[in-house]
Amino acid sequence: MTENSERRVVSVIVVNEASVLSRITNLFSGRGYNITSLTVAPIPDSKYSRLTIVTSGSVRVIEQITKQLHKLIPVLRVYEHADLVEKEMALVKFPITENLSDVNTLCEAYNGKIVNVGENVVIAMVIDEPKRIDNFLAVIKRYNPKEIVRSGAVALER
Amino acid sequence: MQITGARMVIEAFIAEGVDTVFGYPGGAIMNVYDEIYKQSGFTHILNRHEQASIHAAEGYAKASGKVGVAMITSGPGFTNAVTGLADAYMDSVPLVVVSGQVPMSLIGTDGFQEIDAVGISRPCTKHNYLVTDAADLPRVLKEAFYIARSGRPGPVHVDIPKDVTAQIAEFNYDVELDLETYKPHTKGNPRQIVKVMEAIAKAKRPLFYLGGGIINAKAAYEVRDLVHKTGIPAVETLMARGVLSFDDELLISMLGMHGSYAANMAMSETDLVIGLGVRFDDRVTGKLSEFAKNADVIHVDIDPASISKLVNADFPIVGDVKNVVNEMIEQSGHINPDKYESWRETISHFDELHPLTFHEDTDRLKPQWVVKRVGELLGDSANISTDVGQHQMWVAQFYPFTRPNQWITSGGLGTMGFGFPAAIGVKTACPDKISINFTGDGSILMNVQELMTAVERKIPVINIILNNNFLGMVRQWQTLFYDKRHSQTDLSVQPDFVKLSEAFGGIGYRVTTKEEFDFALKDAVEKNIVTFIEVVVERFENVMPMVPSGGSLFNMMLLEKKETK
Repeated sequence: MTENSERRVVSVIVVNEASVLSRITNLFSGRGYNITSLTVAPIPDSKYSRLTIVTSGSVRVIEQITKQLHKLIPVLRVYEHADLVEKEMALVKFPITENLSDVNTLCEAYNGKIVNVGENVVIAMVIDEPKRIDNFLAVIKRYNPKEIVRSGAVALER
Repeated sequence: MQITGARMVIEAFIAEGVDTVFGYPGGAIMNVYDEIYKQSGFTHILNRHEQASIHAAEGYAKASGKVGVAMITSGPGFTNAVTGLADAYMDSVPLVVVSGQVPMSLIGTDGFQEIDAVGISRPCTKHNYLVTDAADLPRVLKEAFYIARSGRPGPVHVDIPKDVTAQIAEFNYDVELDLETYKPHTKGNPRQIVKVMEAIAKAKRPLFYLGGGIINAKAAYEVRDLVHKTGIPAVETLMARGVLSFDDELLISMLGMHGSYAANMAMSETDLVIGLGVRFDDRVTGKLSEFAKNADVIHVDIDPASISKLVNADFPIVGDVKNVVNEMIEQSGHINPDKYESWRETISHFDELHPLTFHEDTDRLKPQWVVKRVGELLGDSANISTDVGQHQMWVAQFYPFTRPNQWITSGGLGTMGFGFPAAIGVKTACPDKISINFTGDGSILMNVQELMTAVERKIPVINIILNNNFLGMVRQWQTLFYDKRHSQTDLSVQPDFVKLSEAFGGIGYRVTTKEEFDFALKDAVEKNIVTFIEVVVERFENVMPMVPSGGSLFNMMLLEKKETK
């Protein structure tokens, strides 16, 4: 299974109904596939939702994942993306005592800014490709982030 | 019309042409059972355990080709049924299983006999529903039957809370289904079929690899036609027994772990595998990297996920095997059967070298002899169910199957306890055929309570218990691979099977000789009530040949050669 395991992004269009998410996640756990991240939200003006799943596996495994997903009754379409625009958001809480102009400058380099200021903490938001979010989170370590939350990736075919 | 949810279940069954429901009542499903009492559109058979109800519905479905229907209550009723659902899922058996659930107001409160039924059935059904409004029931039930029988068939579970069965709503079953997300692909790609026929014409040593999907697609007679038109030899999987008649010259035998030497060698030597309705199960392929190593692979299946799952398909065709085979027959004109003469001869040589046989070298009856003898005496007039283990393999190897749907077994899940209730379902579906269940001294005790069902409903299943006082298949592995440490497989302490059957009102025989066996079988057929025939057989007989787990098909353990007496 680990032969040439690569990161892939799969989008799944599903009927927006009870238990559909557990059908998808059950399939991954039951068949031993990985979920790196998963996002889900309704598609506007339709009865469908869109899931974006970041996973990893060999070519054969990815092919099986897309086929098995498609086999689920409420699944309308499965896209395994080759050429895509991919974005992820991260929110980071910093102590207000850190150098906020540095933090803000860094955020700007990653399409972000400080979005909330409290008595003791500020919250910064960045939106970028998942790899760049990794970089950002590595860089800001020196500013003692207190809490980090990542949204998981969303993607669209170009 | 405005009716209760419970009544809707009845009306839907009748509209679907259901004639038999297997089930077991309980608190949460009582409203529906009340409606069953009031109706006369179908028969309800009360099994004595919910697992047996599902297996009976499976037997019914496998023998008739129709959707099997079962009904159970919530909590333990449902959990008892889970093994049956999983069994049906693995073997693609079309079922609709309705279960009761606690009232909506109690869901999530750990109510009496509450369990998250759809949560449990999700990975072992093709689809499932929790119905929260009676107004949804007509659509859900119609979808359930459609999903169960279409595409790659499978079990569909419908969980209905008790208050929903009491709710009154409009029932209109005459609605168009709108399943935008479920559209099975039944017609094979025509260009791909042309390519496949070209590949077949070019091949020197092609081989049909026939699977249970052919039975599901009701395509056995089309496949027979294709095989004969092309003159290409064929191997069958466990689930495909009966697709070709046992005496068909082009049928080599079953392949796989306990397949014949010729079948496994043919698969190892072929240059073109023509897989129809198969799924390259590990019990078939042995070591994957050595499987049909020199061959291109054609794979026809209705389930795209089965294609290139384990073995890469050079020619994948997604479609209903019946449609595809019909197309293939039309285009088979340029294939000359004579071309494969030397290949067929090669296979005959394999078979002469190590034929599928056994030695009658002890005083005790050999289990294989019993299977062959039943074949001689009953042959086509019987439908054959089995449990799981050594006896199952011997029946698959030695019974002379002549037609599809004659052979009813638990293949994928390998469920001990399947055979007896399944045979009850088989007899219900095909009352004109004798219903035989080959079983072992281990398996039979796993649903032995079905004696009561069979006696009550006068369902004359003949259970042939091949008694070796062992959990035989596990004992065989222990003998071969665990240095004869027979851990927990010695079943020397046993009930008196004759008295056991009689205690329920059936009949029983204990036989130790060929004459006694012949008498018992003939007598049982004549008496026409549920029977146990306990056959005392050689204790240490192994199923041979055998591909050790994970080994290559061409590396078989073979029956030791002996001088014929």
